[in-house]
Amino acid sequence: MAEPLLRLVDLRKHYGGLAVTDGVCLDVLPGEIHAVIGPNGAGKTTLIHEVTGIVAPDSGRVVFAGRDITRLSLARRVRAGLARTFQITSVVAGFTALENVALAVQARSGSSFRFLRPAATERATNDAAMAALAEVGLADRAAIPAGALSHGEKRALELAIALATQPRLLLLDEPLAGAGPEETERLIALLTRLKSAYTILLVEHDMQAVFALADRVSVLVYGRVIATGTVAQIRGDAAVRAAYLGEDEG
Amino acid sequence: MAREAWLPLAVLLALGAAPFVGLGGSYETTLMARGMILGMAAVSLAFLVGGAGLASLGHAASLGIGAYAVAILDAHGVTDAARVLPAAIGAAALFSLVTGAISIRTSGVHFIMITLAFGQMAFFTASSLAAYGGDDGYTMYSRTEVWGARLLEDRLAFHYICLGALALTWGGCAMLLASRFGRVLRAARENAQRVEAVGLSPYPFRLLAYVIAGAIAGAAGFLLANATEFVSPATLSWQRSGELLFMVILGGVGRLWGAILGALVFVVLETWLAQQMQHWKLVFGPLLILAVLFLRGGLSGLVARRHG
Amino acid sequence: MTTQLLLVQALNGLQLGVLLFLVAAGLTLVFGVMDFINLAHGVQYMLGAYLGAAFAAATGSFWLGLALALPAALAAGLLLELLVFRHLYDRDHLSQVLATFGVILVLNEGVKVVWGAAPLQVPIPPLLEGGIEIMPGLQYPIYRVAVLGAGIATAGLLWWLVERTRAGMLVRAGATNPAMVSALGVDVRQLFTMVFAFGAMLAGFAGVLAGPIFSVEPGMGDNVLILAFVVIVIGGIGSIRGAFVAALLVGLIDTLGKSLMPDLMRLFLDASAARQAGAALASMLVYVAMAAILAFRPAGLFPVRAG
Repeated sequence: MAEPLLRLVDLRKHYGGLAVTDGVCLDVLPGEIHAVIGPNGAGKTTLIHEVTGIVAPDSGRVVFAGRDITRLSLARRVRAGLARTFQITSVVAGFTALENVALAVQARSGSSFRFLRPAATERATNDAAMAALAEVGLADRAAIPAGALSHGEKRALELAIALATQPRLLLLDEPLAGAGPEETERLIALLTRLKSAYTILLVEHDMQAVFALADRVSVLVYGRVIATGTVAQIRGDAAVRAAYLGEDEG
Repeated sequence: MAREAWLPLAVLLALGAAPFVGLGGSYETTLMARGMILGMAAVSLAFLVGGAGLASLGHAASLGIGAYAVAILDAHGVTDAARVLPAAIGAAALFSLVTGAISIRTSGVHFIMITLAFGQMAFFTASSLAAYGGDDGYTMYSRTEVWGARLLEDRLAFHYICLGALALTWGGCAMLLASRFGRVLRAARENAQRVEAVGLSPYPFRLLAYVIAGAIAGAAGFLLANATEFVSPATLSWQRSGELLFMVILGGVGRLWGAILGALVFVVLETWLAQQMQHWKLVFGPLLILAVLFLRGGLSGLVARRHG
Repeated sequence: MTTQLLLVQALNGLQLGVLLFLVAAGLTLVFGVMDFINLAHGVQYMLGAYLGAAFAAATGSFWLGLALALPAALAAGLLLELLVFRHLYDRDHLSQVLATFGVILVLNEGVKVVWGAAPLQVPIPPLLEGGIEIMPGLQYPIYRVAVLGAGIATAGLLWWLVERTRAGMLVRAGATNPAMVSALGVDVRQLFTMVFAFGAMLAGFAGVLAGPIFSVEPGMGDNVLILAFVVIVIGGIGSIRGAFVAALLVGLIDTLGKSLMPDLMRLFLDASAARQAGAALASMLVYVAMAAILAFRPAGLFPVRAG
């Protein structure tokens, strides 16, 4: 078996007496889509915060590409190759779609402490940004202010931004949240296309999507991973059915 | 900006032509110099507020520190611009670096209050400098010399030096905002989390912007001290910081040149009102409140809307 | 510096601290509940001092002056809320700062028009004249002790109001989570007006108390306002307990610093240089303390709002 790209080792986090992350262990293998599902209050958001560096775990380690990143900031993790999208879309509304992506391109190519040349005239940066936009099907929306894009387009833009950081792992935090049926379909098609090229950690509520996309699934309940396995294994797991599927059939 | 840029260019041209169309007297040039110098400080503040999203209520401290650098060196017989100007800029930049390093860790209303407090710290420090006039301020022996020449004493030369400095400040800040550096600042103003999620920490960018704005205000302070040949703690007071912020808002946040407009209108209005009545602030205060309540987008917003 | 002088200075510091607390309490609550930054809170302190002085002079009694000044300060606060502040709640902090700055200009000028630019003297009420012996051979003015007592009593009352009453519960909830309070069906506007008026009265109360100690003059509220800002930043915005602790801290640091620093400097410098450097350092001390605390706790000592 290949060395995992991301390893969560016995992560723990308490808020007061409540164990929100209670000894989570999880591996993401290179090339796979690993989905994390769980009912509301299972501790998914906290887990994402721990993986992305917004919340520090009380104990345990986050190992990325063989390197302990438990104490790194969000920005340093992104530079190490761990890109993320947000549950609530996060783009710079006043920038065009292109400039949103160009910001990510300039962050990884050369210093951003450049003061003289107008950034908008950097050919190489703009070309790379256009390529990322094309990858998510937004090439013809490049000049639109991000704030004026539709919800689904903002989701896609966020993906383009993440791709432009040239990540080794994509962490997608409920990429389908708030999307209508049509948008969901388009986003799933997009994620399916990305699947072959990227390793993805997917946290998602939409069961249909998870079962369609994921190679492996981990089920989080009350801060613990109660099962990890292929889609078929998870569907057949009695404990999972009891804890999760029974009460919230997606 | 391109379509609206005729107005600030016209204003700068008008200021350039003013001495030759009957406004070359001592009174007019003094007034214009004040407007241009405060305009320079206001543009640097607009760069901070509108560009980097850092609403400082202590910007006058940098202005005053620049001015005090001139006064203190003057008291020790140093009047050579080659030494005084770098000292003024350096002192203001250093103050901004130290106070910015702490204040930029906070955001929103904390930032406003902390910059206010640091500004007040500078004010009280200046007031306690008994050797340089303390509360009463310090009258300079002479204006700064430029390579031994008394260039700044020449009314016309000083007018164009102020104008050049103002234009340079505007152009420089606009260039910075358009650059890679400025792109990070603008993005972080709107959505700091987004900037972090592409792998950049906004902090060093903001700090550098804060230091740059402080340095520009220090240079403006250098000119201000030379314009009045007098420096007092009032230059650093938080009321002055509030006035600078008002110039920015009056001009319209988000457009650097708005601050030039705001500063000129402010100075003219203040001077005119003060001539009309003793208690002019009773009129000025309500005008300020009304401007904030009803003139959203500022003066430059009015102009831009008509040409948008 | 003798122990006696140190004790006197410490008491003076505490008494400045309780005055600061009375001003900061309103400021921190108003900010906590409505996310509204009110620079004009300092002029409400000034207004209280002027009203107290004017009513005391007119009636010949400090106590009648106090009794009249409090409702007058409250009314002035309500009037300002109605005329100006109400229109600013939905605006960004920058607009709030500037509009309330405009109010300061007007009121600072206004008191000059009404009462003149020269400082007013407010006599100490006869009941509280003289001193008491706090140590053998050491007299301390009774009035200052009374101010200290009144401040602490008010702090206690405030604590009870905020911690033990329904209105206080709403105010606390509003500071932590404003959306929740409106979801409870509470008229947040009305709640705010109440908090606002109460805060204005507290500031006015501090002003009346300060009258006989400091000079009553235009602009007297500005420095208090900035110190009150330092207090609520150190204490944690929205926290009454934080404001109390921080106010005493700031009062002590400021007062003791001003009396100790020049002496401390004499260890290193000659007398006149020491006096200058000491004065400069002392005036910076409060801000340095604020910076030091914020470097370790950016949200203040008692942060209210999570995240």
